[in-house]
Amino acid sequence: MSAPTRDGGAIADGHWHDTTHHRKGFFTDTSICIGCKACEVACKEWNRNPQDGTFELLGSSYDNTGSLGANTWRHVAFIEQDSERIEKARESGRKLVNLGMPSIRPRTDESAGAQPLDGALGAAASGSSGTAGDANGLPSTPPLGIDLLAPGALEPSDPENIAALDTTPPDTADFRWLMSSDVCKHCTHAGCLDVCPTGALFRTEFDTVVVQNDVCNGCGTCVAGCPFGVIERRDDGTINTPTDRDDRKAADMDVPNKNTANKCTLCYDRLVEGQEPACAQTCPTQSIKFGDRDDMVSQAHARVADLHAKGLTEARLYGANPNDGVGGTGSVFLLLDEPEVYGLPPDPRVATKDLPGMFASAGVAALGMVAAAGLAFLGSRR
Amino acid sequence: MVEDVEFTSYYGRPIVKAPPWGHEIALYLFLGGLAGGSTLLGLGAQFTDRPGLRIASRMTAITATGVGGAALVADLGRPERFINMMRVVKVSSPMSLGTWILSGFGVGAGVTFAIELDRVTGEKLLPLGPLRRLLHAMETPAALESALFATPLAAYTAVLLGDTAVPTWNAAGRNGLPYVFVSSASLAAGGAAMALAPVRETGPARLLALMGAAGDVVAMDRMKKRMHPAEVDPMEEGEPGHKLHRAETLLIAGAVGAAAVEVGARVFAKKLDGGAGSGSGLGAGSGLGSGRRSWKTRAVLRAVSVVSGAALAAASAYTRFGMLEAGIDSTKDPRHVVEPQRARREARRAAGITDDSITTGV
Ligand code: SF4
Ligand code: SF4
Ligand code: SF4
Repeated sequence: MSAPTRDGGAIADGHWHDTTHHRKGFFTDTSICIGCKACEVACKEWNRNPQDGTFELLGSSYDNTGSLGANTWRHVAFIEQDSERIEKARESGRKLVNLGMPSIRPRTDESAGAQPLDGALGAAASGSSGTAGDANGLPSTPPLGIDLLAPGALEPSDPENIAALDTTPPDTADFRWLMSSDVCKHCTHAGCLDVCPTGALFRTEFDTVVVQNDVCNGCGTCVAGCPFGVIERRDDGTINTPTDRDDRKAADMDVPNKNTANKCTLCYDRLVEGQEPACAQTCPTQSIKFGDRDDMVSQAHARVADLHAKGLTEARLYGANPNDGVGGTGSVFLLLDEPEVYGLPPDPRVATKDLPGMFASAGVAALGMVAAAGLAFLGSRR
Repeated sequence: MVEDVEFTSYYGRPIVKAPPWGHEIALYLFLGGLAGGSTLLGLGAQFTDRPGLRIASRMTAITATGVGGAALVADLGRPERFINMMRVVKVSSPMSLGTWILSGFGVGAGVTFAIELDRVTGEKLLPLGPLRRLLHAMETPAALESALFATPLAAYTAVLLGDTAVPTWNAAGRNGLPYVFVSSASLAAGGAAMALAPVRETGPARLLALMGAAGDVVAMDRMKKRMHPAEVDPMEEGEPGHKLHRAETLLIAGAVGAAAVEVGARVFAKKLDGGAGSGSGLGAGSGLGSGRRSWKTRAVLRAVSVVSGAALAAASAYTRFGMLEAGIDSTKDPRHVVEPQRARREARRAAGITDDSITTGV
């Protein structure tokens, strides 16, 4: 399979091949994430990833993990926002809609965001958002800053009931807590994969991007190649088994795959067995959905249309556009604010797209150097 | 620019990660350029009969290749798996191409070095027997072969840095870093030869260094002007800023010195020629045959040549260390990632392109 690259710049990326499998991916719907970090834990356990950091508190809300890295392949971000910021997010999201996305539907005017989008909503009925039933009858009252609904838990058209929910923070309109489970994007044009000199990184039959840790020599080029700061070389880390009851100290175990690059494998080992990734399977709210990437993208479109219909114009998709700088991501996200608020790059671009131009100038530069050397000898003839 | 500079970051944490590249890689960037430039000088010296320059350049080239290659391996997480680089040839990976360039370069550089070593030791050290003639017959092919890889070796490291998500490197790579790097390689090689070979033979080295210095200043300036301010900042602030500034100072001082030596060498050409009997260029001030005054002239020129050559080589090293560290610094503050990315996205939107954002409203 191949994804369109508008400027045709990406070269030799990823070894796309025709396979019997559909491309797999995630749709991480942050609007229903409750920040339980079950995904982080499940990923750690399944992949036996070593400890990250020294358990210090980071002073960043409930996030004491920090970021994705060699030992952390799922990372839940926590962001606390006041009403002013919520308003800004809503405004920036509205602007996105007004920019128009020709591939999806024609440009609409300002008010369109508040109206049901028939086509998309129809799709929502088959999505897992559980909110499609009464979409047309939504009230235009100021909506909550965050949609805390687990699938099917409540009728979203009834704001009174939502307010009565235990899990809803008080004064939701003035304050919100964003939670988002970040992960490797499994890019269509993956910078990490393109620059790997050993072939340790490869594209699987599920069109995911995986490191072969027995091949990787830890050169670290992929770390610089990833526009999302995902992959990292595992230089330290310790696994501590629970303290033994027989009064023995926690044992330091070997760190697996030390000094090689590590990142989310999209649970390749589970996928080949027909299983779901550990993080998606454990997610209690289905904030992390796993499936064929095409399905994920259409679910994402349905969900964002749904939220927009409710006036939550801060909702937007991240990675669902095949024209973006990485050709779209395998892991698609629904965000409730600008990407940089979550620590995501606002306009990532795989450096491979710049490569032909760089090679060209390197070629000219190299010829210039030959010419300079030639001139140097001609100029000092004796 | 229609750019909203204010943004909320995620607790100020980095968005992209710096690669685990330490001083070894900076050293390699410098030595790769030095080796490439020196090989060109060695080839030219061979053809123009400058034995001192030839030997000095080839010794420099092989030393730089050896040390640089070792530095490259040492910086790997798993140095024993270096050979895995040879599993594939991958055009999308400058690291892969670079490994092949370095290997190809090393072959010719190694052969020419062996020949020089054999000559210097009076054709006694290596027990070659009849193979000696074969070895010496390989001189020109080997010199040409390594020269073929020399400029790619000097230039590709700019692409290696540029082909990353590290904001300062990527922007530099897109805006002429290869020109900076080949210029830097030229002045490093010229400088090293000026320091190691006799003045009367290093005319080409001085000219190459001077052209390199001019190229470096012009290319660096142009590059910075074309980059986004948030991508340039790491090159001007902190330790990388100091290093790049020091590089500039040393470069100008070295270039002035090189120009002075060049003028002196032309003015006092007779005295230099008169004094040069021996072909060995590695020692300072060769030949004591002619008068006291020409000896003094030669000594002064030689001293200035050594000092300014060393300054030029140091300038190149500082440029490489500065550029490497500036890139690593640029990953630390998300501002360097977000501001340029937002600016380019807004620029595209202003130009009417609205369908290529990673963030979509529907
Ligand atoms: S997000 Fe980074 S690590 Fe993941 S596939 Fe894309 S480039 Fe590679
Ligand atoms: S660190 Fe490993 S996976 Fe990353 S580019 Fe180097 S060899 Fe490839
Ligand atoms: S897919 Fe597997 S490896 Fe990737 S984050 Fe989820 S649990 Fe971890």
